[in-house]
Amino acid sequence: MSLSKEQIAQRIAQELKDGYYVNLGIGIPTLVANYVPKNIEIMLQSENGLLGMGEFPSDDQVDPDLINAGKQTVTASKGAAFFDSAESFAMIRGGHVDLTVLGAFEVDVKGNLASWMIPGKLIKGMGGAMDLVAGAENIIVAMTHANKHGVSKILNKCSLPLTGVQCVKKVVTDLAVLELKDGAFHLMELAPEVTAEEVVSKTEAPLVISDQLKTMSF
Amino acid sequence: MSGLDKVVTSYDEALNGLTDNMLLMVGGFGLCGIPEGLIDKVAATGVKGLTCISNNAGVDGFGLGKLLEKRQIKTMIGSYVGENKLFEELFLSGEMEVILTPQGTLAEKIRATGAGIPGFYTATGYGTKIAEGKETKEFDGRMYVLEEAYPKADFALVKAWKADRYGNLVFRKTARNFNSMIATAGKCTVVEVEEIVEAGELDPDLIHVPGIYVHRVIKGKFEKRIEQRTVKS
Repeated sequence: MSLSKEQIAQRIAQELKDGYYVNLGIGIPTLVANYVPKNIEIMLQSENGLLGMGEFPSDDQVDPDLINAGKQTVTASKGAAFFDSAESFAMIRGGHVDLTVLGAFEVDVKGNLASWMIPGKLIKGMGGAMDLVAGAENIIVAMTHANKHGVSKILNKCSLPLTGVQCVKKVVTDLAVLELKDGAFHLMELAPEVTAEEVVSKTEAPLVISDQLKTMSF
Repeated sequence: MSGLDKVVTSYDEALNGLTDNMLLMVGGFGLCGIPEGLIDKVAATGVKGLTCISNNAGVDGFGLGKLLEKRQIKTMIGSYVGENKLFEELFLSGEMEVILTPQGTLAEKIRATGAGIPGFYTATGYGTKIAEGKETKEFDGRMYVLEEAYPKADFALVKAWKADRYGNLVFRKTARNFNSMIATAGKCTVVEVEEIVEAGELDPDLIHVPGIYVHRVIKGKFEKRIEQRTVKS
């Protein structure tokens, strides 16, 4: 059975390590914050100028001056700091963020990803994504395995304008966990009740099936 | 306004000198920390052919969205279009020139403008569309793109929480965003604030932007509209 968005987020949360500074992109990545293991301490960086993003506010805590990069009202957690956009991207570009989780339209075997425009149809803009993928040590892409037409988003070569080159390390989809090693996607984990054959048949890029292949556990 | 006193009392005075085809930088991230009254005044003057540097372009009907509606912007430079339908339409139809720039590069270009640095190298965007036609250089085995500073803005429009009469600025929470760099990058930096205090009342250790960068300060009125009100369930 393919994973829900929440389950994708829950699986990614297992990648968090004690002491990490983490930037979560808009969409599925934002949900990762709901599944941070209780026994570790991490800080969420929001590129609009907040280190230490807390949970959503209660009604009477809502403050228009306190939002996250998705423009949602949030709170600041204990030990948080505010700063300007240049400082924020100094943290990002300077490699101080331990993990970046972001969404994508497409990824390919070279570790390239596309996420900011579909020519002639849709322009979201790259926001901070290009800086994040250029700066983070560790990048995980969170997305559905196929687009809404059932077409694989894991490709031999991205067809859309790129956000970054050779930057993706790991992809978590509704069907599988893939790692990019030596120019190929390795199938590392399967969603519960999903077979390796199903993932292979739904993926354009060739997959190396890991000899440590296992089913995800939550 | 005399000596080091930067305070003006009307929006006419605040934007005195604004004409067609000028370069504007406007602070804010989404609708957070935008100089609402100054933007309204730009809309009211009806100036046209503007080049606007701002991370976003407001939302339909609010913030810079008002200038889009009146077709006052010829070229928009920012990082995110998002859910602003009119922005996307004007972009896709080619009616308005749009230069999308990665957010960190945008921030650093503005910072460089204010700091007198003509350009810098960044790994951001290497190998993508935005690096096309730009000089690249290898440092320690990695490729970087040369990004140039902007010219100084004719008007830099900034929103701060508090200012003193000398133009020292303090921001609040995430409303600082692009405002502090934009404040440094204007030939004429105009700051709209929630509160003006006397010089000496702000703790010098806690000033975010020193008054040297600021030319005019006006006390504004803010609606502070929220783009996405999310609360815990």
